[in-house]
Amino acid sequence: MKKIGREEVLKIAKLARLEFNDEEIETFTYQLSSILDYVEKLNEVDTSGVEPTFYTFATETPFREDEELKTEGGEKLALREAPSVHKKFFKVPKVIK
Amino acid sequence: MNEVLKKNLHEIRELLDKKEISSPEILQACLERIEKVEPKLNALITITEDIAGAQANEAQKKIEKGTSPLLGIPITLKDIFVTKDIRTTCGSRMLENYIPQYDGTVVEKVIMSGAVIIGKNNMDEFAMGSSNENSYFGPVRNPWDLERVPGGSSGGSAASVAGLECYASLGTDTGGSVRQPAGFCGVVGLKPTYGRISRYGIIAFASSLDQVGILTRCVKDCAIILEVVAGYDPRDSTSSPIPVPPYSKLLDEGIKGWKIGLPVEFLSEGLEEDVLKGIERAKEVLKEAGAEIVDVSLPHLPYAVSVYYIIAPSEASSNLARYDGVRYGLRVNSSDLIEMYMKTRAQGFGPEVKRRIMLGTYALSAGYYDAYYLKAQKVRTLIKKDFEKAFEKVDIIMGPVSPTTAFKIGEKTSDPLQMYLSDIFTIPVNLAGLGGISVPVGFDRKGLPVGIQFICKPYREDELLRCAYHFEKTNALKIEWPSLEDASPSQK
Repeated sequence: MKKIGREEVLKIAKLARLEFNDEEIETFTYQLSSILDYVEKLNEVDTSGVEPTFYTFATETPFREDEELKTEGGEKLALREAPSVHKKFFKVPKVIK
Repeated sequence: MNEVLKKNLHEIRELLDKKEISSPEILQACLERIEKVEPKLNALITITEDIAGAQANEAQKKIEKGTSPLLGIPITLKDIFVTKDIRTTCGSRMLENYIPQYDGTVVEKVIMSGAVIIGKNNMDEFAMGSSNENSYFGPVRNPWDLERVPGGSSGGSAASVAGLECYASLGTDTGGSVRQPAGFCGVVGLKPTYGRISRYGIIAFASSLDQVGILTRCVKDCAIILEVVAGYDPRDSTSSPIPVPPYSKLLDEGIKGWKIGLPVEFLSEGLEEDVLKGIERAKEVLKEAGAEIVDVSLPHLPYAVSVYYIIAPSEASSNLARYDGVRYGLRVNSSDLIEMYMKTRAQGFGPEVKRRIMLGTYALSAGYYDAYYLKAQKVRTLIKKDFEKAFEKVDIIMGPVSPTTAFKIGEKTSDPLQMYLSDIFTIPVNLAGLGGISVPVGFDRKGLPVGIQFICKPYREDELLRCAYHFEKTNALKIEWPSLEDASPSQK
């Protein structure tokens, strides 16, 4: 089985901005290992000289005129769903210590 | 049960246009049905009774002067479509109280066509799941057997259509999320070619795979709705500029002389006996309709699930980075910004979503990108080429929808990998970007629906629907929809 340890799971969790309790870490370590073990079989496939497919039917990028589009409701509407607002801004905890 | 509930969408269209019934009357029948069966099915997260009432009244006025395909007809939307001023949860605690400021393109189009939107369907959280057990709002139950799953992630949509709560539902399909639940619930589920329908205003899961799908009780209804929702959208640069043909008017011509390919690998992937019987039955039906069954090969099929479970979580980990508690959705307060992100995400997401974010973050992280993500994208090319080669000899490819019929609630929740493997026949279609449709072929020994899948060449939904239509017609399966009106309450 693909070795993925507790330390690595903690590192990925930090990158993904997720936090887990000990029990969850244990479950995830096991489950991620078994999934990674399964996908290892991709190594059986010879892909030398094969281009990746990021998009299936890549057409040309459609361009448009760079015009200002009016949005109804403006800033007030844009901020409506924000958990915390100060004047015209989204408010977050202090970043600079 | 009110007989009007059992009608198909195109039959309701006729009744409305002939003024034999009014839109508010139909809406009333649907709402009464919802009241009776929702405690058992849990197919809807939000019921939009008031909005639907206004839409039905408005539609009735318009019917006096003219018609349009969906005018006055009650439908539901998977809760992944953002709807202006209607709560849109995506099945997640993260968006439990999120009320979008705008309608997505598809929602605009069905409203323009006069649809009456009666609710937002339950779903696996962020469309991640094959059983609808991953919803923050509880599991959906299969109308054919309340102990069983309806499939997922558009399980609420499939259960709503099979449970006669509405005449059609829109879902999304990233790895089978429309076709598989359609198969489990005995309805028709169409996933068109990638880019056929705009994704603007649909909460993103895996952007190179996501596509809107349509769930109805017959093929013709699917064609009618595809005509309404397909087409280029300047707000989705991956939507296709290829013109939209009048699908519903192209169904009648037969499939005589068509070559239907059956990939040999489809029969070697642990199919249940009754699913295999379904394939045999489908072959007979197609031959009767004048088509010829041809063996084809998709040699890279065994790698499809691996490819999918690298690419989809990778794209998801990136797409779901936006849920940070800053601009909308849940925020868990903290005096520290990073801690606020982490607590918000830890409490806002359920286990399957976290699992996929972790998997995707790992696959994209420094040192692993080439080994996992890039490798998967290359094997994806080979899967796509397999289809291209097969389509050199055949018009349509057929196969199972999933290896089994609907499984029991709780049966696969402890083993994520087993759950993932239930999508083996639908995943390759998304990886190659092709169109696919699931149509009922019969029932298994437990009385559960068995579906059959057809797959088309890129943007040939006209051929796909025509094949499915003639299959359905020749098969002439009589479906007695579950009444669900007995007094026994749901088990859990």
